[in-house]
Amino acid sequence: MNAPIVILGSGLAGVSVARELRKLDKQVPLVIVTADDGGFYSKPSLSNALAVGKSAAQLALTPMAQLATQLNASVIHAHTRAERILPEGHALETGSGRITYGKLVLALGAQPIRLPLQGEGAAAVLSVNHLNDYAVFREQLEGKRRVAILGAGLIGCEFANDLRVAGVDVAVYDLASQPLGRLLPARAAAFFRARLEAAGVRFHFDTSIEAIALSSQGDGGSSSYRLVDKHGNTHTADLVLSAVGLKPATALAQAAGLNTARGIVVDKLLRTSAPDIYALGDCAEVEGLVLPFVMPIMQAARALAKTLSGAAGGEVAVDYPAMPVVVKTPACQAVVCPPPAGAAGTWREEVGPAGVRALFVGAGGKPLGFSLVGEAVKEKQALAAQMPAWL
Amino acid sequence: MKQYQCIVCGYFYDEALGDPEHGLAPGTRWEDVPADWNCPECGVSKADFEMVAV
Repeated sequence: MNAPIVILGSGLAGVSVARELRKLDKQVPLVIVTADDGGFYSKPSLSNALAVGKSAAQLALTPMAQLATQLNASVIHAHTRAERILPEGHALETGSGRITYGKLVLALGAQPIRLPLQGEGAAAVLSVNHLNDYAVFREQLEGKRRVAILGAGLIGCEFANDLRVAGVDVAVYDLASQPLGRLLPARAAAFFRARLEAAGVRFHFDTSIEAIALSSQGDGGSSSYRLVDKHGNTHTADLVLSAVGLKPATALAQAAGLNTARGIVVDKLLRTSAPDIYALGDCAEVEGLVLPFVMPIMQAARALAKTLSGAAGGEVAVDYPAMPVVVKTPACQAVVCPPPAGAAGTWREEVGPAGVRALFVGAGGKPLGFSLVGEAVKEKQALAAQMPAWL
Repeated sequence: MKQYQCIVCGYFYDEALGDPEHGLAPGTRWEDVPADWNCPECGVSKADFEMVAV
C-alpha cells in the first residue's frame, strides 16, 4: 500500500500544491492536515478588504468540504494540530492520532512578530495574518475612530491606506525614517509618503512605541489606549495593530531535527534535510531566500507538484525569476523588486511630476532591482523582464 | 461573454465588464487581455494565475 502524500497546512502554499498535484495525478492518496477550519481564503485580500467593502465572511472563498471534493483529498483533518514529526517512522503525531506519510509537505506559514511592549494595553494589540485574526480585527474596529499601526512596511502601509479609505484616523509608527524600509530609495519613499499623507495617513518615523496603557474614555465605557514612544511622547488610539513582520513557523521542523535557519531550510528541489520531507511558502527558506509573497509560492507549488507526482521522472527544481511585488496602496501605486541581498550597486532615481522610477544598478550598469511609485508602475513588466533571476 | 475567476483571490474577470480602470474596455475578451495585465485584487499576473471559466 502506498502511504499518502500528506500536506501540513491549508493556506495558499498547501492548497496550491494540492491543486497543482491534482492536475498531474488525480489518484495518488492525499491527506491535508490543518490547524484551522480548512476553508480557503485569500490572504492578500486581508489588507485591502475594507476598501472593496468585504467582510471577513465574504473573504472565505471555498469551504473545506468543497475544497476536499475539488482536490479529491482522501481526508482533510481540520482543527488538527501536528504535534510531532517522526522522520524515521515517516509519521506524524497529531491531535487526532498518528498519520503515516509517503511524502510530507510542510506548508506551515508564518507567525506575526510581536514586539516587546510594556503596559496593560500590550495584550490587546492585534496582528492580522489569518482570516480569523481579520474577523477579530473587524469586530473590534466597529465604532472605533483612531487606529495606531506599528510598522510602516508593506502590510502596515496597506492597512493604513485601507483604513483611511474607510474613514478611520490612522497613525503609523516605525523605527525607520521612511515607509517601506529598504524597499524604496529615498526619493521614491518621499513621493510614496507624500501621497499617503495626502490621503490622511499620519506617519511617525524614527520612533517606536514602547508602552501601551489603558485610558478609560468614560462615554459608553469604550476604552482607548495611551501609547508612549521611545522619546517619551504620548499618542492616543482606540485600536492598535502590529505589522512589524513575520517569523516563519519553524518550531515543528526544528523539534524533529530538521535544519532550520530563518525558515525551514530547503534546497532548490524544496527538500528539507530529512528524506521525503519538503517545505514551501512562508515557512520555508529556499537557498537562503524567505519570500512570503504569492508569486514565489505559486512557483514553488508548481515545481513541488511535479516532484510529488513523479510526472517529470524525478525531483524538479523551483525557478524564481525576478518577481515584483505590487503594494496595494491605492493612494499611491507602488511596485517593488528588490536587488539580491548584499548586491553592490547604487539607486538611480528619476523623479517626475506623477511618479518616481528607481533602478538599482550594479557593476557595468547592469540593472539588479527596481522600485516604481505613482505612474511609473506602468513599467513593471518591461523592467521585470530585464532583471536577473533570483534563483 | 464569459467570466474567469482568479483561483488565488476569487476575483472575477467578466468579459462584458472588462477592467476599465486598467485599460480594458468592456467587452475585452479573455484572449485579448494582455499578458502584463494583473489581477486587480491580488496583483498577480495573468500568466502566473490561472483563471477558470465559470
